[in-house]
This record gives sequence, C-alpha cells and structure tokens, in this order.
Amino acid sequence: MVILFNAFNGLIQGAFYALMAVGLSLILGLNGVINFAHGGFMAMAAYFAYTLIPYVGFWGALLIAPILAGAVGYVVEQLIVRRLYLRDPLYSLLATFGLALIIQDLLRTIWGAQGVPLTIPDFLNQPLSDVYFFITGYRLFVVALAIISTIGLFAILRFTRLGIRIRAGNSDLETIAAVGVNIYLLRSANFVLGIMFAGLAGILAAGQIGLTPTMGDELIMPSFVAIVVGGVGSLLGSLVGGLIIGVASGVTAAVYPAATEVIIYVIMGIMLVARPRGLFGQEGLLE
Amino acid sequence: MSSQATEIKHDAAPLQKPAFQQRYAFICLAVALLTVPVWLPLLGGYTDLASRVLIFALAAMGLNLLLGFTGGLSFGHAAYFGLGAYGTGLMLANYTHSTLLAVAVGTMIGGLAATLLGPIAVRRRGIYFSMITIAIGQMFYFIAVRWNSFTGGEDGLTGFSRQPIHMPGFTISLHTTSFYYLVLVCFAVGSWILWTILNSPLGHVFVAIRENQKRLTFLGIRVDVYIAVSFAISGFVVALAGSLDALLDNFTSPDNLKYTLSGNLLIICVLGGMRNFWGPLVGAFIFVLVQDYISSITQNWMTVIGLVFVLSVIFFPLGAMGFFRRRSRS
Amino acid sequence: MSNQNNFRGEIGRRGLIKAGAALGAASLLYPPKPSWGASESPIKIGMVDSTTGNFAVLGQSTIKGAQFAAAEINKKGGVLGRPLQVLVEDDAGSPGTGVDKASRLLDQSQVDFFTGTTNSAVSLSISQYAAAHGKLFVCSGGHVDKLTGPACNWATFRTCSTTWIMTSGNSGTLVKEFGKKWYFLTTDYAFGHSEQDDYTKQVTALGGTIVGGALVPVGTPDFSSYLIQARAAKPDVLCLLLAGDDQINAMKQITQFGINKDIHIAGALFELEQIAALPQAAHYGSWSFEWYWDQPNVPHVHDFAKRYAATYGGQYPSARSWFGYASIHAIALAAEAAKSTDSVKVAKAMEGLVLPPEVALQASAPVYRPEDHQLMLGMFPGTVKPAGKYPDVIKVDAYIPGATIAQTPEQAGCKMVYPS
Repeated sequence: MVILFNAFNGLIQGAFYALMAVGLSLILGLNGVINFAHGGFMAMAAYFAYTLIPYVGFWGALLIAPILAGAVGYVVEQLIVRRLYLRDPLYSLLATFGLALIIQDLLRTIWGAQGVPLTIPDFLNQPLSDVYFFITGYRLFVVALAIISTIGLFAILRFTRLGIRIRAGNSDLETIAAVGVNIYLLRSANFVLGIMFAGLAGILAAGQIGLTPTMGDELIMPSFVAIVVGGVGSLLGSLVGGLIIGVASGVTAAVYPAATEVIIYVIMGIMLVARPRGLFGQEGLLE
Repeated sequence: MSSQATEIKHDAAPLQKPAFQQRYAFICLAVALLTVPVWLPLLGGYTDLASRVLIFALAAMGLNLLLGFTGGLSFGHAAYFGLGAYGTGLMLANYTHSTLLAVAVGTMIGGLAATLLGPIAVRRRGIYFSMITIAIGQMFYFIAVRWNSFTGGEDGLTGFSRQPIHMPGFTISLHTTSFYYLVLVCFAVGSWILWTILNSPLGHVFVAIRENQKRLTFLGIRVDVYIAVSFAISGFVVALAGSLDALLDNFTSPDNLKYTLSGNLLIICVLGGMRNFWGPLVGAFIFVLVQDYISSITQNWMTVIGLVFVLSVIFFPLGAMGFFRRRSRS
Repeated sequence: MSNQNNFRGEIGRRGLIKAGAALGAASLLYPPKPSWGASESPIKIGMVDSTTGNFAVLGQSTIKGAQFAAAEINKKGGVLGRPLQVLVEDDAGSPGTGVDKASRLLDQSQVDFFTGTTNSAVSLSISQYAAAHGKLFVCSGGHVDKLTGPACNWATFRTCSTTWIMTSGNSGTLVKEFGKKWYFLTTDYAFGHSEQDDYTKQVTALGGTIVGGALVPVGTPDFSSYLIQARAAKPDVLCLLLAGDDQINAMKQITQFGINKDIHIAGALFELEQIAALPQAAHYGSWSFEWYWDQPNVPHVHDFAKRYAATYGGQYPSARSWFGYASIHAIALAAEAAKSTDSVKVAKAMEGLVLPPEVALQASAPVYRPEDHQLMLGMFPGTVKPAGKYPDVIKVDAYIPGATIAQTPEQAGCKMVYPS
C-alpha cells in the first residue's frame, strides 16, 4: 500500500521534474547551453510572483511573473549568453554557473535570506480525499499544467513557423542559417521560451515548498538526470525521463530511504551503459 | 570536442618556447614558491592560504590535462578530489598513523575511481560528456551525505589530524610551515609528472585529440581510449590534491564532492589560461585570494565571484596567461 | 552593473584590469582599520556564522545580536579599557568553509576568541579547531549534545541549549497531552540525530513508543514521500526535528496534506524567523522555544527588545539574536574577571560565570556550568498562535529553568582537560 502510494506520489513529483526539464532541454537543444542558472530563474520568477500577488492575484501572477523572468532572460541572453555561442560549451557553462550565483545573491539582497510564504488559492490547498491525502488540488493542478504546457509546446514546435525553425535548428543550425533564417533571433526566442518555462516551474514549486533564494539549487539536478535518461534533444524524452526518476525515487523512499537520492543517478548510469543516447535521444546530437 | 567552429585561435604548441626565457621564468617561480612563508605575511597573507592556493592549483592542473590539453569538459572532477580527501581522512581516522600512507591511499582511491568511471563518461562527447560527469559526481556526493556511519554524513569527517612524518634519522612535524613544504613537494611532483606526460608522444596525442578528433579517428586511433587515459591521469592528480586538502583543515565534508567545487576548478583553469601549462596556478592564485578576501568584506561575495565567472569567460577566454602572452607579442 | 558601457572594446578591458589590480594590491597591503579613536588595540572576537546558505537567516540574527552587544560594551568603555571588535566570516552553512574561515581569522586577523556557528556540524568543527589552536570558542547556536558532552574541550563553551535541554522542555507535556505513539522526521546531521536520541530516551522512559522515523537529508525540497510513510504509521505525535529552510518546506506540505488535522505536530526547535516565513495556515504545533522577547514580568526584557527593534528597523530579537548577544557579553565579562585576554585564563574565569539579569533576560540566572561549559539557560515550551501577527506569534506556556532539566555533567559524558 505504502509502496503504491509512493509510486503514485512519485508520478506527481516526476511531472514536476519534467516541467523543469523541458525548459532546460529547450535551451540545451537549440542554444547548446547547459543552463546552470535555471534554478536561479525559477526562484526569481517565484519572487516576482510573490511581489505581484497582492496586486494581480495568484492567477495574474502565474501569467505575468514568467513573462517578467523571460524579459530578464532576454537581457541576459543579449548581454552574456549570445557572446558565447561560437565558443566551446565550457564558456557558456561557466557563465551560467556564475550567473546562478549572482541571481541567488541578488534575490537574497532584495527579498532577504528569510523565506517568504507564497499563498495559493484556498480551493487548491486541500487534499481531495482523506485516503489519498497526498493528492491535493494544487498538486493535480501542477500535473495538469505540466501536461498542458508540454502539449502546448509540442503544438508550437509542430505547427508554428517559430517551432518548425527551432526544430530545424536543433538538427542542423548551419543549414537553416544558410537558407536565411536569423538564427540569433531564433536562439533568443528559444532562450526566452525556456526561461519562461523555468519561471512557471518556479512559481508552482514555491506554492508547495518554501520560497527562498536557494530553492532552485536542490530542484535542478533531478532535471539534468531526467534529460540524460530521456535523451538530449527530445522533449518527450525529458517528460518520460522525469516521470521515471520520480517514480523510482518515490518507490525507493518506501523501500530503502537512504538511497532515495542516489537511485536516480544509478538509473542514469544504467541507461548510459545500456543505451547511451537515452530513451528518445537522437544519435550524435550536440557532440 | 565540439564540432562547432571555435572562434578563438589557440596556440598550437604552447609548450615550445625559447629555452632561456622559459628557464628564467621557471627559476623565478620556484624561488617565489620556496620563499612563501617569508614574504607572504608581509603582504597580509598567511601560510595556510598559500597551501590552499597550491592545492587548488594542483587540482586544476590535473583537471586541465583533460580540459585544456585533451579537450574533455568534465564538470565532475570534484568527485575525485573528494574521494581523495575522504580516503585520506578515513585512513588517518581508522587505520593508520602514517600521513604519507594515507595520502597514497587517498590518491589511489580517487584515481582508481576516475580510471573506472572515465570509460563510461567517454562513451559520449561534448555537452553530453559534461552532464554524465556531473551526474557521476553528484552520485558520490549523495553517498557521502547518506552513509553517515562511515563518512560522517553532512557533518563531515572529523577525528583525524595530520601526523608527523617519521623518517630514519629525523621527524617532520607538519605544522603550518612544514605542511606548506609538503604541499609544495607534492605540487612539484604532480606538475613534473604532468609536464613529462605532455611532452611525451602520449601528450601529443592528447593535444591532437583536442585539435581534431575526426582526423585521429580516420588514422585509426582509438580516441575514446586516449581520452579515458587522460581522464584517469587527471583523476589521480586531482585526488592527490584532495587528499592534501583533507590534511590542510584536518577535516573534509561532502562539499568537497559537490558540483560547485567542480565549477570552481574549471573557472580556475579558465582564469589562468587553460592552454598554458602554468595557467591553473595563476588562476588558483587569483581565485583563492579573491574568494578569501571578498567573502570577509561583503555579504554579497557571491555576486563578486559570479561576476568573476561571467566577465572572465566573456572578456578573457584565454585567461590571464593567454592575455598577457598575446599582449607581449603585439 | 554600472560599468555596462565598458563591456565592449579594448579600453574598457584595460581599465578593468588596472582597476582590479590596484584594488587587489591596495586591499592586501592595507587591511581595513577599525574606527575606534583610542590608541588601544582592539580585543578581537572572530565570529564564524552563516550569512548565506541554508542557515543564513538564523546566522544573521545571531550576528546582529552579537554586534548589538559589542556596541553596548564599547559605549560603556570596552573591555579592560580596550575596544571590542567582532569580525564576522560567513561559513555558508558548511563545516569545511567554517574551518577555512576560522583559520583566516586566526592567522590573518589574530583574533583573541571565537564565537558564532548555527549549524551543529560547523560548531563541532570550529570547536576542534579552536582547542587545537588554544583559543576560546563560545558556541552561540549549535545544539548538538556532544559539543558539551563526549566531544567537550576546555576551549569550548555553549550559550544555546543542548538538544537534551530543549527536548526535555516539552517531551513530558507532549506525551501526557497528545499521546504515546511518536514518529520522527529528522534532519540527517549531528543536530537531528542528537535531538532524536534524546526524545527517544525521554519518551520511552515515560512509557511511550517510537512507531517509526525517517532521516531526511539537509536541503530536501519535497517531503511528500516521507509524509506518506509517516501517516501510514498512524502516530499520535509527528515530531519534526528539522532545521533551517527544511522545517518550513515540511510544515507547508503538512498543511497542504491536512496531516496536522489528525496528528499532533510537535518538535523541539522552532524559530521566530521560521514562523515569519510560513503562511498563516501553517502556524501550529507545540515547540520548545529557547528565548522570547515577550516576557511580561521579567525586567530588562522589553527594554532590550525595544532598543533592538529600534536599531534593526523594527525587527524583533529572536532566540538567535539573544544567543549572539549573551555570548559576546559572556566573553566580555569573563575577560574582565580574568583581567586578561589569554584564552586559558578567560576560559577559567568563564567557568561558573553567572549571567547578570540585564544579559540573561529571563526569570532565572543561568550559569556556564564548570564541569561541561554548558549554559543552564531556561526553556519556554509553548505553541504557535494560529492567528498571530509578527512579532506576536508565540504563546509561551511555561518557563523552565535549565538547571532543572539538564543532564548532569556525568550523564552528559564530558571529561574536561586543560592544556598543561
């Protein structure tokens, strides 16, 4: 029973990892950047939401805060990330690593190291049934939003001009540059989109756990693993990868709690030995 | 290892310089390092700080064999640093009173881990390679955090201290100053080994891999084997540095395994210049000093360190050594 | 980023280097001087505590308390006619960094004494370092029992309570009022282990049983899987032994799952700072508070709280502020008594030191016990007011003097040895 509960709970948790992983995966795919500052952008958007909620309410903040974070993301892309596209991935990795430190420090300076409460609407804040108490309205809402936004993203990538260009850029950047697509603009748009996903995930996370400047730190590593397990370059992979590690760590928590964190890295290790490109990854991408 | 065009043109043969100039610079460096306990306090520094600079320099030079000379972007070398530290600490705490034996065991543990795990990581290239190395590193981090009874968990490993080294006829006490010289000896040995490797045929293969991996593959060279070898050697050197770090504070904690340390080691390489043999030493000097000084004058030290990361990768991709070398030529 | 204009181009780059080099050299050659006018050299107290990381809020409160005390002391003429200077270094919540910073304070600033630390693991590592280097260390905020127990040393004193004192502050009441079946959610490091051991001993002695528990790593964001286990065990009391931000995350999720409706939530440590970070719905539970600014009938307390709030922009002193405050005063009093800044002499003078009422700020007069160097401070068991507004958020049920609930020095297991 407990194991079943934990597996189910892991599924919910996994949907959340996936939501984070999708944003990371987008940026990794087209921009070729492992965005270490993803956790920082998550916390930033959540703080924006915290400040906005008194004026525009939770739903307004959920809409506006990711856009604001995306705007900051645009500035960052223009000032820093853009200069590094042509260089070795090392440089963008280190730049975003430094950026993560700066964002965390600025958040602490502005809003204080002390956590702040992010209030969510009351009707979401209840368990739906007494037996399955861990399924709250809010968590279901998070899962729903993760699914909807992933589907939405798929739709954008499949049916819009921007999306098709992003996908084309993913597979061959030089060619689409040669046929006249402004790849700099495309990459900016993609970066901003990824940051907006980070922002959405951040606000949703803050509704569930405490909002502190360091909140993104602990959340980001599982999403890296989700990407590797699912396969770099595949959004579907990130989604499935997130679900897999969520369930695995949920079940492990019931059976052998001490290995709850280690298990996801073990899964990744097994995946790398058995199928190095991940579940849905394309061979040879980003190498 | 990226197939993308690289904007920056690198020195193809960074190790070949006019002999007299090289020798002159080397003697200056050696004299400066040997006399640290004399001149450093006059500038307001302290000897342990110098030991820390050398330890991080050694770790970064080890990493740089893989990063700067073979072209493998590992974001997980903290794992081998930490394994070295834990190996040494656990030996001294439980099994032996010999500092040198503990250092040897710590170095072996970290190095062997790199030897065994390198082949897994080299299955992929580019960004994928980095992500795998991060994840392997984090795995060790969580093991150290969770395996309380053996590693001390989150509290870190205490209960050991560096023991005097007994040699036939004399004893070295390993107080602050003599410990600095132990670190200096290890640093010298480590850099001599790295230098020798880089100037051997093996080293030339490493540089060739960095410059053009495809061509080597066409020539029938097993590139992944060579990268794994580079990974292993760099693991041993980093583990040696880690085991010295445990001795420096008589303490080690899971922080020594965390990805943030890997990031710090990388930025040390970049700051000093990763195409230059002594670059990481310069980088460690800058980074450790800035970190030490800034964190005690402002709460916002993270912003300063973050800016060091961002500004140095944007404006000084060749690092201090590369920058000054270029200027002196023009 | 005011120098954005300089980001492009050769000139900006050169300017940056020159400026950077000049700054670096200048700061190395001229370390910052204190602003004390007198010719006397200051007595330096090195304070290692968290201004960043998981314990940042608590560390900052402690530092504010310490600086508040130093300002008070200097206003009244300092210690031994010399000014008192508190040099703060950030341990970022990590024992390794803590030791690095301690060695920096000692080697570079030649501090006379150490104080600070919030994370128990840092307390233990600094204690070991201080003793090895012959310096007094007054631990302000790390609660782990063994610091003044088996791991005690001549150099280490402690102002905050042991986990034993804290847990016995409310274990009896909890068992009596809420039930005998207990479940623990415990933070996985020295402090949590120590708390859980103590509660287990006390609860089983009172006829209770431990129906389960889980060790939770520091920095865990999601508690759902732990809470599923906890609820499946059907305890009467769910005992939260978490620290820093983790406590907040757990409380928030417990409220969302409605677990606090049928299981009583309790624990030892809960801080004013943490309550402020929780939404109103998560204001519940029984805790053992270590100090509170609202003690209606105790002299000096309200005056202190008012002066403190005036200094720090309306922020009220927390238990952490008091730890920092009392630690600095204790060092000053002991140094005056010893007429020296020699660590061994000051340590001797601190043994048996009784905090005067204007420093103790509680109904009893706590003493630094000579046998194990533990301050016998009192406990304020109580509950969080469900509708309280900061700073009036705690309902204190009782005041229990520390000496009545502390383990005896023999039980604590300390063997004090001074350097010969």
